[in-house]
Amino acid sequence: MSIQTLLQVNDLVVDYPGKGFRAAPFRALDGVSIEIGAGETLGLVGESGSGKTTLGRAILGLAPVTKGRIQFEGEDIGSASGKKRRSLSKDIQVVFQDPYTSLNPSMEVGDILAEPLIVQGRSRIEARARIVELLEQVALPKDALHRLPRDFSGGQRQRIAIARALALSPKLIVCDEPVSALDLSTQARVLDLFLDIQQATGVAYLFVSHDLDVVRHISHRVAVMYRGEIVEQGDALPVTTTPRHPYTRRLLLASPVPDPDRQASRRAERKALATAEATTATL
Amino acid sequence: MGILSIGVLAVIVLLALLAPVLAPFDENFANIGKTLSSADGVNILGTDGAGRDVWSRLLYGAQLTLSSALLCAVVAIAIGLPSGLIAGYYGGTFDTMSNWTASVLMSLPGLIVLLVVRAAFGPSVWIAMIAFGILISPSYFRLTRSAVQAVRDELYVDAARVSGVSDRSIIGRHVFSVVRAPIIIQTAAVCGVAIAVQSGLEFLGLGDPSKATWGVMLSEGFRNIYLTPSLLLWPSLAIGLTIGALVLLGNAVRDALEDQEKTRRVKLATTGDPATTGAIGATSVGTSASPVKVPKARRTPKSIPPVEAGTEHHLVKVSHLGIGYPQADGSIKKVVDDVSFHVDRGEILGVVGESGSGKSQTAFSVLGLLPDTARIVAGSIQFDGSYTVPPASDHVDQRQLAALRGKRIGYIPQEPMSNLDPAFTIGYQLVTPMRRVLGLSKRAAKDRALKLLADVGIPNPARTFAAYPHQVSGGMAQRVLIAGAISCDPDLIIADEPTTALDVTIQAEVLDLIRELQQRLEVGVLLVTHNFGVVADLCDRVVVMQDGRVVEEGPVRQILRSPQHPYTQMLLSAMLEGKEPLSRLSAPIVPTAHANDQEVTR
Repeated sequence: MSIQTLLQVNDLVVDYPGKGFRAAPFRALDGVSIEIGAGETLGLVGESGSGKTTLGRAILGLAPVTKGRIQFEGEDIGSASGKKRRSLSKDIQVVFQDPYTSLNPSMEVGDILAEPLIVQGRSRIEARARIVELLEQVALPKDALHRLPRDFSGGQRQRIAIARALALSPKLIVCDEPVSALDLSTQARVLDLFLDIQQATGVAYLFVSHDLDVVRHISHRVAVMYRGEIVEQGDALPVTTTPRHPYTRRLLLASPVPDPDRQASRRAERKALATAEATTATL
Repeated sequence: MGILSIGVLAVIVLLALLAPVLAPFDENFANIGKTLSSADGVNILGTDGAGRDVWSRLLYGAQLTLSSALLCAVVAIAIGLPSGLIAGYYGGTFDTMSNWTASVLMSLPGLIVLLVVRAAFGPSVWIAMIAFGILISPSYFRLTRSAVQAVRDELYVDAARVSGVSDRSIIGRHVFSVVRAPIIIQTAAVCGVAIAVQSGLEFLGLGDPSKATWGVMLSEGFRNIYLTPSLLLWPSLAIGLTIGALVLLGNAVRDALEDQEKTRRVKLATTGDPATTGAIGATSVGTSASPVKVPKARRTPKSIPPVEAGTEHHLVKVSHLGIGYPQADGSIKKVVDDVSFHVDRGEILGVVGESGSGKSQTAFSVLGLLPDTARIVAGSIQFDGSYTVPPASDHVDQRQLAALRGKRIGYIPQEPMSNLDPAFTIGYQLVTPMRRVLGLSKRAAKDRALKLLADVGIPNPARTFAAYPHQVSGGMAQRVLIAGAISCDPDLIIADEPTTALDVTIQAEVLDLIRELQQRLEVGVLLVTHNFGVVADLCDRVVVMQDGRVVEEGPVRQILRSPQHPYTQMLLSAMLEGKEPLSRLSAPIVPTAHANDQEVTR
């Protein structure tokens, strides 16, 4: 591989404790392996409950690692805690799905953006200069500094969240469904922003989404998750246009296209696939 | 009220602080020759049974009473707040242990413990108040713990963690701000209770007689109640005034905070959905009176005018509709403006737009389920040849619509789960409206419900019929709601983003179901959506809305293939299907002085 490997996840298993006395634990991830190179985007697509969000959280240290290894630049970070995790925050950052709860409603935008910088020991003045730079990078007005998150629309809030993630110039950003709460036109602008930032800074993304179109558009490579396992993984175009695994095929044929006649033929294809699967199942 | 109580408290505190200056005598200076005297120039409130000056004792008493009550609150906060923060944030063993301890403390009989403490440590009011502070600390613990648990899993706390913020800073910066206000309110109440408990103990004669407090004075006054009743009056007045002011202050703070919350929520709610929970399809008839009240102003005239000739054949016709919300300043904020369209029998009309475009408000006005505060400011709505909103009426004719909703108009909501009542079985929620609306017997309604569940593709109708909503998946719940919507053979189905909350594979199945049912039952469908893929899949005609107005209307192929309006073109160009991967979708944005994004805040 020509590009240098940034993140490597091997046979990752994540169990959540079961609810109730002596309940069996719930296995959210089962033997997941992925790899992300520097400056690369890995799209992670799956439906609700497939474990795609859990994988992102495990990399961020927000989900318990039961088995397996997570390596960042060759170092095991699966069980990193405290100090180690704090120094990792320079390299790995996050943008969450919901721009309404990912920003503290009682903090001014300037303070939200300063927080990661101050934690890493930058002075107020340095932080201030960096924040002005960041606001420009995500195309937000300068007067945003002293306003509260509720003064902004969903798309603008997501820009603030992106600016916060960029503050420490990380090498990898975990994007957990960052555009699925946004309107179509806002989604397009925020996706553009992600692409621009990658070009300018060479950051790598783990881009989690339920939308195959979004993942196809933004990713170099794509991994498909189904029930806690990765069922298909490879270069973006083949996986999202001519998938091999039946689940990915179902996913592709289920997402409607914006033309009545092409949609009608896609629908027919989907039904044919379903019938074919039903016959193989009965055989 | 809040300002008044702050004023009263400030005066009392000031008097207590200035006691050494203001009091003419020492608290224990006794003029034996002048006991139980009434007010005069020297002793402005008279003297007590030992010849001590009442006014001076009242002032010094305020000092001791207030500061010991404050001590009680400080002790309670010092124990309850940190333990609550830690227990709430980390959970685990500490949480279990501290919760258990709090329960034990709360189950102790407070007064008896205080009596024991007095017997063991003497009559000091300080010790009594420390003990009481410990006893009452669980109230802070519980308060803090539940507040912290509520924010612990907020995404912004996760984001701070990823930013490398230490747990201590997270608690200090992000979590503590949530509990600050409730702690202040609680403290006002606790101080009041502390004063009451302390005075009560001292009234029983368990206080320290060498110190002047209001409780001790009360006890003293009670002993001389027949000789000088006014001795009882002054400390009672001081206690009553202080406790009353504290309680009112707490209430005022809470009200102020809640009001803030409310005004914010009202602002957000203007584009939100009206309350339509608990109504599957026909259920809305049973509850039709509750969600929407007929406004008292301008009742609809008894005779509804006939609709315009030549338009009777449209199933639904909306003409020049305007919907607005009255604002605090008396103006009306329009969310829908001059909207016209029609739906015919057997066709599916898609209403497309982004959030804030007014598409849901329009659909709800046809259903007659707008929030109470909404006003029809212009236009009319007719259903099957008669008006449900006559021209020049400012509200929906509920009597007319109640007869239609659930019988001839069915409704499929966006959030399947929140539209089913978790307390009742699915079968019950399907059968009840059918019995009410169609007048079916219990037996017949059940048979029909089972048949409907089979019709909407539920594999085991009997099991789903007996299940509670939490036992089925989101896709199944949406099928159940569709069954409810078609239960009374409607002519029109209004579907508000019916697949937005579902996974894409489930969405495809639900779209198949809606198409199949629409063809079989030959109903008209008004489909509200933001997804052009869903439009292409289902709709015959499309209305595109932006900021409350219709910008374009036409057959589905025309709108999707050759859109005329720039907004429609922009929306379609934002679609990702068929675009070059990893390429820009729009021209680069130049930062401007103000909002770039045109979308309206949710």
